[in-house]
Order: sequence, then structure tokens, then C-alpha cells
Amino acid sequence: MALLKVTELSVNYGVIPALRGVSFEVNEGEIIALIGANGAGKTTTLHTVTGLIPSAAGRIEFMGKDITKVPAHKIVSMGMAHVPEGRHVFPDMTVYQNLLLGAYTVKEAGKRDSILKEVYEHFPRLKERERQLAGTLSGGEQQMLAMGRALMSDPRIILMDEPSMGLSPIYVNEIFSIIEKVSKAGKTVLLVEQNARKALTIADRAYVLETGKITMEGAADDLLHDDSIRKAYLGE
Amino acid sequence: MVSFITNLINGLSLGSIYAIIAIGYTMVYGIAKMLNFAHGDVIMVGAFAAYTIISTMGLPTPVGILAAIVCCTLLGIAIEKIAYRPLRNAGSPLAVLITAIGVSYFLQNGAMLIFGSDTKMFSSVVPLQTLSVGPFLIPGTTIVSILTSVILVSVLQIFINKTRPGQAMLACAQDRAAASLMGISVNNTITLTFAIGSAMAAVAGVLLCSAYPALSPTTGAMPGIKAFVAAVFGGIGSVPGAMVGGLLLGVIEILSRAYISTQLSDAIVFAVLIVVLLVKPTGLFGKVIQEKV
Ligand SMILES: Nc1ncnc2c1ncn2[C@@H]1O[C@H](COP(=O)(O)OP(=O)(O)O)[C@@H](O)[C@H]1O
Ligand SMILES: [Mg+2]
Repeated sequence: MALLKVTELSVNYGVIPALRGVSFEVNEGEIIALIGANGAGKTTTLHTVTGLIPSAAGRIEFMGKDITKVPAHKIVSMGMAHVPEGRHVFPDMTVYQNLLLGAYTVKEAGKRDSILKEVYEHFPRLKERERQLAGTLSGGEQQMLAMGRALMSDPRIILMDEPSMGLSPIYVNEIFSIIEKVSKAGKTVLLVEQNARKALTIADRAYVLETGKITMEGAADDLLHDDSIRKAYLGE
Repeated sequence: MVSFITNLINGLSLGSIYAIIAIGYTMVYGIAKMLNFAHGDVIMVGAFAAYTIISTMGLPTPVGILAAIVCCTLLGIAIEKIAYRPLRNAGSPLAVLITAIGVSYFLQNGAMLIFGSDTKMFSSVVPLQTLSVGPFLIPGTTIVSILTSVILVSVLQIFINKTRPGQAMLACAQDRAAASLMGISVNNTITLTFAIGSAMAAVAGVLLCSAYPALSPTTGAMPGIKAFVAAVFGGIGSVPGAMVGGLLLGVIEILSRAYISTQLSDAIVFAVLIVVLLVKPTGLFGKVIQEKV
């Protein structure tokens, strides 16, 4: 059984359709890449899955439960975390306060502390910057904070929306290697990226989204060597 | 000199009441991103609740104060749920603003219907007599107003910074979408904000009518507007800003009443606001508003 199963999902902004019958599956332990051009509907897909925007049709199942109509704030405690596009850290709070908010649904202080320790192991830089206001961090550090904050809820699956966007190449490499580490630590990952090459390199399987429709899917390695993908998304 | 200091103390007293009201305004603005123009009328409802319990029914003062707080808290929750929540995602900030003005009229006219439009004499809830400290005469209400506001603000700061719901409020104020991704219910947090702001308005209403005992359905209107000015003055959205703005406004009002002109004191208050906004458009403690991308 898939951990996350999206079936025929449609979403409109007013009368304009953004998703038109999107279906995909994420199995436990996988890294799934969702790639596509700017405006294809990747962010809309993630927003709808985590309940930030309503769907017009279709079904979203998580761990066998229908979560199509579950609002965003109830999704987190079910085991799904979302690192939004543009990071959305709380700028006027410290790194530490941001991380604690990530564990808002974790009521046990002991558990919270042990997750925090793990997160600091993934992101030693966050520990160094613990007392700094999130708004004063560099873009790469904010991305790390957004990822660390999502991990603080101890999710089964973590949805990441363009984590490498706007980062210098050094940070991009670091972020991708952290995603792999997070995956090895047992988290399932749904990764949305415009950096298709990087995403396909670390992913198990991938889906290609074009103007609100899945046009291709398969093993990430196969897509990485597919001619049409190479032309359209890898700039070859 | 003695009269100046006495005026200053009176200004701080009035200012601390403005501060309590302004904090409600500023919290609702910071978290719900709306101007609740009915906030001033909640003060009036609180005062009427206390008046009814204490003067009409003859029950003990603490019961009256408690009733005012409970009544306003419930009223704040009801206003938010019934009037504002349905409009929250409707897009138009103007619709919310017009609704707020509508709620304000509704409360004023409702009070007029129940209590009539004549002015009632509110009997002070403060049992303290006027204190003479050296050459100064300080009314009991003055001391109680200042103390109450200091205590309320301190408790509120601790609540916001040290508790889970407080952190949820801060998170919603900074980024609603991100807050809901943390598992925070934005709707519940906004309701809580209205509840706290309205409870404080009840306290302000009781204090205000203890200092200035004339109570009528429009009693809350002017203090409401002034508290709004105080909140803008301090930087809307900032709790310390509202506190400082409220205190300054009270002092300016009382001093201009004493030394310039009784009739012009309100005009002077608004003139000061205009000057502050010209020099520092975000208010004393305000931050540059970040546009969301
Ligand atoms: N809030 C919105 N209101 C109206 N249209 C939107 C909104 N957000 C996105 N869209 C439109 O929906 C489509 C998909 O956008 P999005 O999901 O952000 O794409 P991606 O993340 O793949 O770049 C685009 O055409 C975009 O213009
Ligand atoms: Mg996007």
C-alpha cells in the first residue's frame, strides 16, 4: 500500500484550472521527484496535499486514510510535514523558536528534545545559530531551518518545495546531500524541483508535471536518460 | 510644578487605560490583519455589564467586574466567529472593514435599545480613597489604572513569549500559512486573540467609567478611536508600541487639556498622530511592513 496516494486530483484558482486529474503514489522509504517547468502546478499539488488549498475533485490518501478534506493544521500530527516554497521561516523568531514551533504537535518535552538533537546532527549550522533571528540568516541557512523545522514534527513523509531555489551551488549540493541523509534516516521524501538533474540523481522514481497534468513517470534513472526529458528539463 | 506633576500622573492614568484598549486593537491587527473598529464598543458593553450587576442588581463589585470580563470575552468570540470569520478568505479587506463598522453600530444601537440613550452614573469600582503623597493628591482610580495596566501587560508578555498558544499567536502574526503547516489552527488562534483583546477591553471599560463615570451607548466610541490612534502611534501590531502609544496619548491629552485648550485637546491628539506618521510612517515601534511574495 502506498504511503501517499493521490488520485485524479483537480484544483482550480477561481475558474482557471491549475491541476487537471493528477495521480501519483509515494511508497514508504522512497524519494519521489516531481519535476516540471515554472507554473506547471507543482506547488499547487503540494499545497493541496497538505490542505492549504481545497481540491475541486479527486482523492488524497495518506496511510490509507482519506485526507482530501482535512485542513492543513490537522495534517501535521498525522505524520506529514511540508517545507514550503520560499522557506517561510518565522523571521522575527530565533532559530530555536522556529524549531520549537516545528514541534508544535509534539506534546512530550522529552521527545521534543531528542528530535531536536537529531535535527542539530543533520544541521550543525542551526545549532551554531540557535539564538539568531531567522530573518537574519542567509538563504541557504533559512532553507536548512525550514527543513529542520519540518523534521521537528517527526514526520513519516516530508514534502519539499524547491529547496534549492535561489541558492549558491555550494548550498545546493549541501541541501541535496542532507535530503539523502534524511531519507536514509527513514523519512519518505516527496521532492518538488526545477533543478531536475539534481532531483533525478537522488530520487528513486519521478513524475513529470506539465500544465496541470502528469505527462511522464518512471524510475528516476530512466528519466535521467530519456531524450525528451534531457531536452526539456536538463538543457541538453 | 505640583500641578504639572499631578497632570502628568492623571495623563499616565488615562494613558494606561488607552494602552489596555490599544493592546487589544494591535493584537487583533497583528494576528487577524484587520482593524476591529467595534473594539471601542466592546468597552462600553463591559461597562454596562458591570453597571447592571453592581448598580441595578446590587451584587458585589468583584462579581460585576468578573461579569464584564466574561461578557466581553464571549462577545469578542461571537463577533469574530459570526461577523469576521466568514469574510476571512473572501479576499476583500474593505468588506471586513465595513463589517467592523457595522458591528460597532450594532453594539451601540443594541445598547441603546436595552439601556436607553440617556447617560448613566457609573459608580466607581475602586474602593481606594484619594491618596495624598506630599503635595500631590492622587485619586485611587489613578493608582489602580496604572497598576492594572502594568500587571496586564506583564502577564500578556509572559503569555505570548512563554506559552504554546502565545507562540502560536506570534507564528500566525508572522506567517499564517507557515503557522498552519506547524499544526497551528489559525482560526482558533484568531478567536483566542479576540477573546483576550475583549477581556482586556472589559477591564478598560470598568476602569474608564470609574474615572469618568458617565456611561452611555456611545461611551466606547471616542476611547476606541483614541486607542486606535495610540496603536498606530506606537506601531500597529506591536504590543509594547501600543503600551507606549497609549501612555503618551493619555499624557498629551491631559496636558493639552490643562495648558492649551479643553476643546482642542482631541484635535491636538490627532495632530500629534499626523506628525508622528509623517516623520515615521510605521509608528514608534513599527517595522517596515514586509510584502509577501
Ligand atoms: N494563488 C493563485 N491564484 C491564481 N493562480 C495561481 C495561484 N497560484 C498559482 N497559480 C497559477 O497556477 C498555475 C500553477 O502554479 P504553481 O502550482 O505555483 O506552479 P509551479 O509550482 O509548478 O511553478 C500557474 O499557472 C499559476 O499562475
Ligand atoms: Mg512552485
